[in-house]
Amino acid sequence: MTLLKTFRLPYLFFGLGLLFTAGCGPLFDIRKAMYDQPKYEPLEATDFFGDRRSARPLVAGTVAQGHLQLDDHLYLGIEEEDGNYRQAQTYPFEITAEDLDRGQEMYNIHCSVCHGKSGHGNGMVVQRGYKTAPSYHRDALRKAPPGYFYAVILNGFNEMQPYAHQVPVEDRWRIVAYIKTLQRSQFAQEEDLETIQQFMDQVPPTPSSEHSATEHTNEH
Amino acid sequence: MSSQLFTSKHNTLARLTLLLFVAGAAGFLGFMDMLHRSPYVRYTKVRREQPIPFSHKHHTSLGIDCRYCHTSVETSSFANIPPTQTCMNCHNVMWNDSPMLEKVRESYANDESIEWTRVHDLPDFVYFNHSIHVANGIGCSTCHGRVDQMPLMWREKPLFMKWCLECHRDPSQFVRPDDKIFDMAFDPKSQSQEERDALVESYGIDTSNQRLTNCSICHR
Repeated sequence: MTLLKTFRLPYLFFGLGLLFTAGCGPLFDIRKAMYDQPKYEPLEATDFFGDRRSARPLVAGTVAQGHLQLDDHLYLGIEEEDGNYRQAQTYPFEITAEDLDRGQEMYNIHCSVCHGKSGHGNGMVVQRGYKTAPSYHRDALRKAPPGYFYAVILNGFNEMQPYAHQVPVEDRWRIVAYIKTLQRSQFAQEEDLETIQQFMDQVPPTPSSEHSATEHTNEH
Repeated sequence: MSSQLFTSKHNTLARLTLLLFVAGAAGFLGFMDMLHRSPYVRYTKVRREQPIPFSHKHHTSLGIDCRYCHTSVETSSFANIPPTQTCMNCHNVMWNDSPMLEKVRESYANDESIEWTRVHDLPDFVYFNHSIHVANGIGCSTCHGRVDQMPLMWREKPLFMKWCLECHRDPSQFVRPDDKIFDMAFDPKSQSQEERDALVESYGIDTSNQRLTNCSICHR
């Protein structure tokens, strides 16, 4: 009995130590389980399906809720005339100044890499060896309706891959509108001068533009 | 010869030993804490092995915007990893016989996913939404660092809750103008405090009632 009493403290420590060691495993597991819970983060891999995708592709022949695309003008860029389909001559929604700004942004992200920021077809990727993109400022493309450009974004053209997977529907139309604006900018007519003058009269001169104007005159 | 086993000098030694014991324990705890925060454990600035050695540095140097690939960053909580189709937009023509890109072509031909290593993986008990941050003046580089200078991706920040709170307590330190969100070189600190306060105001970021530091903002 005395022997036991003498060694009680070490026994206690030994017991606690054992408990601690045994407890550690599950403790760390719990911590890990909180960090990586039994749910899938977007695009997380899984062993459950053969292709290891947790994000499941659509079953063939089905349409997800809210993804029914019945509007041919909006989704395909075509319109019906006298029972025949043709490329849409108009936009499916009204293009505002904000739409053009967005179009410019999206054009510079997705298109300018090949087509160049001015649309002459000399983007950086072309300069690095991709097949030369056509200039938008050709007669044939200048005359092409919005639906034509939409179709090219949707389906691709020659070496150009389809861009439907990375540009949302409305943004595609905004890009088309911006391309049309680019074309106009390189092909301004005499009657445009009046519009431009009216616009310039409305815009108050900004400090930076005044600055660059004086710089410009200084150079001459 | 003294009958005492310990002389008075041992008093100092005993005190010193006690002190060393306490200091040692404190030092050990401090070391463990430092270790926990160290790049060694947090994996900050450690380049990750990827199935394909994709270089953000190279691709951004061509003038490709973040959103060319990470298309959903503006609309979704998750900034997507691009589908193989996006790689093939260019690499169907350029470097299309490079052995480095063999896995890309395989993935494209067989419709199989490339399994990238996730570099920024938040614990599952944290909710993070990319779109709301991008829409309210937080640029990519604020959290991800200069990705445009990373040959292989690494984690720039430790992703501590403390680090998130730095901004949630005082967003005015980190906000930037709307057109600088995807500008990697822009430094929010280059703006004056007044400018940043005005930005917080214009984005409508609600800093009242500690709303942004409410637990349920992130732990929902």
